[in-house]
Amino acid sequence: MSDVGSTESPLSAGAGSAGAGAKHSIRLVNDELRPPGPPPRRHLISIADLERDDVERLLGTARTFESTLTRQVKKLPTLKGHLVVNLFYESSTRTSSSFELAAKRLSADTMNIKSSGSSVDKGESLKDTALTLGAYDPDVIVIRHPEIGAPQLVARVTDAHVVNAGDGKNQHPTQALLDLYTIQQEFNRLDGLHVAIVGDVLHSRVARSLVQAFALVGIRCTLVGPPALLPREMPVEATTDIGVIRDADIVYVLRMQKERMQAGANYVPSLREYTARWGVTPERLRPGQKVMHPGPMNRGVEIDPLVADSADALVETQVRSGLVVRMAVLYDVLTGGPVGVQALAAAEVA
Amino acid sequence: MLWMKEHAGDDLVVRGARVLDPAEGIDAILDVRIDAGVIAAVGENVDSNGHRVVDGTGLVLAPAFVDPHVHLRTPGREDEETIASGTAAAAAGGYCAILAMPNTDPIVDTAATLGSLAETARREAEVQVGFLAAITRGQDGDELTEMGELADAGAVAFSDDGVPVVSAGMMRRALQYASTTGRPLALHCEERTLSHGGHVHEGRVAAELGFSGYPSVAESVMVERDLSLAAYEEQPLHLLHLSAAESVAALRRARETGVRASAEVTPHHLCLTDEAVRSLDSNVKMNPPLRAERDRLALLEALRDGTIEAIATDHAPHARHEKEVPFEAAPFGVTGLETSFSVLYTRLVATGELPLETLLERMSTGPARIYGITPPRVVAGERANLVLLDLERSRDVTEESFRSRSPNSWLLGETLTGAVAMTVADGAVVHEG
Repeated sequence: MSDVGSTESPLSAGAGSAGAGAKHSIRLVNDELRPPGPPPRRHLISIADLERDDVERLLGTARTFESTLTRQVKKLPTLKGHLVVNLFYESSTRTSSSFELAAKRLSADTMNIKSSGSSVDKGESLKDTALTLGAYDPDVIVIRHPEIGAPQLVARVTDAHVVNAGDGKNQHPTQALLDLYTIQQEFNRLDGLHVAIVGDVLHSRVARSLVQAFALVGIRCTLVGPPALLPREMPVEATTDIGVIRDADIVYVLRMQKERMQAGANYVPSLREYTARWGVTPERLRPGQKVMHPGPMNRGVEIDPLVADSADALVETQVRSGLVVRMAVLYDVLTGGPVGVQALAAAEVA
Repeated sequence: MLWMKEHAGDDLVVRGARVLDPAEGIDAILDVRIDAGVIAAVGENVDSNGHRVVDGTGLVLAPAFVDPHVHLRTPGREDEETIASGTAAAAAGGYCAILAMPNTDPIVDTAATLGSLAETARREAEVQVGFLAAITRGQDGDELTEMGELADAGAVAFSDDGVPVVSAGMMRRALQYASTTGRPLALHCEERTLSHGGHVHEGRVAAELGFSGYPSVAESVMVERDLSLAAYEEQPLHLLHLSAAESVAALRRARETGVRASAEVTPHHLCLTDEAVRSLDSNVKMNPPLRAERDRLALLEALRDGTIEAIATDHAPHARHEKEVPFEAAPFGVTGLETSFSVLYTRLVATGELPLETLLERMSTGPARIYGITPPRVVAGERANLVLLDLERSRDVTEESFRSRSPNSWLLGETLTGAVAMTVADGAVVHEG
């Protein structure tokens, strides 16, 4: 979570008052009269901004929220009175719906803005759209945008906490967090596991966030795919040999972005050929090997339907994890601290 | 041909400055007297003849700078830069002459367009300005411009800068025909089937951030093609804004076999690498892109040993609202006229990576020779084209400090050492700061 414009570790300067005690141990009378400054804003823009502690805290918060989901009344009053704006410049089903539901489960007000049918259609710039929405004083702006760096721009021109729901081919941090959550639920650990990421790494923001997230928690990661779809100089092992996926604990299958694979692009000769050489099929997996996919799946292209429907596929778990992890993210950027039993109890009383 | 607004030659004496003219082998504390815009005396205890006297103690007096590559956005985008504002920026940066690229709207591809620019320059240019004309009509690569008429109208050289000459056959014809005008071709080398859609050097930063890569080889294969054609046709050429180590290597090889090729490099490619792109600041987006450290070091080495003989700013103003967008949506280009000396002095000379003499030569004599412009010299009898530099003074780079109409500098917020205290262009004092 980055406090844009600040160089110190963003989370250490969170909305809690870490460090404030020491700094103000000697107080001048006049200081008492001054209104307190706004706390540093917390954003979730890139996994690169997180420390391992941050990841563990977020996953812990998500677990706490998960325990509330089995109750009869699933809504928590935790973020009552807060406004969460979902600003989506790209089509999305699972990400936008899970952010909306996460905000609602925490009793925040939500507004959903989509680029089609809004002023974006009239050519309004991102800066102006952000300024316009900023005028409503939203507490959080969740943004998905086809261009890298859009969340940073929104953070610069508004006072909202910004959560990146996907910016171009750069980052999709909540996807990586929900995947870590899913893996932890399944394996009861993260450290020492081995994940093979298979497919179109070049165009995948999910892969970029995962590579950083895996490095953070000690998961070994191997990229597998056709040469033109593996970025040069990615700081992680990469191979074109699909055979290596058998060595992994988890095979993470990326979506083949059909719109990028038009005839003439020549990343691969054809989708048929891709499927034959890199498709994840039962034959290429060990029995019991876990399979993940960020969705939406192209059955019969990157993933064999038998694999997608097998008990070892964690795809639905991933979606469920998405809800609690996004609840945790919204809670974390707004409060800056772990959600404890006390906080939840107080929330229930309120 | 260079144009400048009407001006009187000034009378001036600069006393006690360190006169540093590397091309002439001068490095001494001397007085310089200018009579009506002409250097009248260079020596000790020069009589001031009643002229205004500037105390040059502790300052460096050198041949003023020549920028072989700027974009003045006129005609067509006068909101971004005009001849008046761009040349004022040049004066503030220590330049006595600049050369403007023809990729304007309309493109400078007819003598009529060039003539109207010359007319404007005669009215409003603060320093001398020359214009390149296009190699192909509309810079679309299909038909040669009327180079003969353009040369007669004053075109300094020919360039399709901004885009490459895509067809090798067209490049060959251009080399052949330009030879009849005595004007060089200045080439933007980019193989677009390799760079297409790329925003950032293809390397670790692009891989990690998800930017489409613009590989080094997109430049170097075109450099190799054009050097091969120049060798075959035995014609000279000039390579614009080199960015890649492979391009430098190709240039070295070609020159060893006798190809008459020259080259330039920008301050940003000498100071920055693609690591700067991690900021996602659209003011580090340019074409060619910032490359890896090994490329930067290769460029610096080539600049030191003379393989690259000119520093060019590739000053490319852009409207504020066009750069205030996500990186991929922003246009390529950064400004540079007002910061080039200071940043190169601060980042390369003060750190010991580049001798001051080399920097001064590559910013003045080097570029002038490439385009057949009389090199500025601190020698009696020459028109005064001088820059007075204060190497001790530091300055903050702010938007307010710019004469340029556009604020897209990669140095905003930086503090730089080495300031331009005075610029004399064609005998006139055009800047004092």
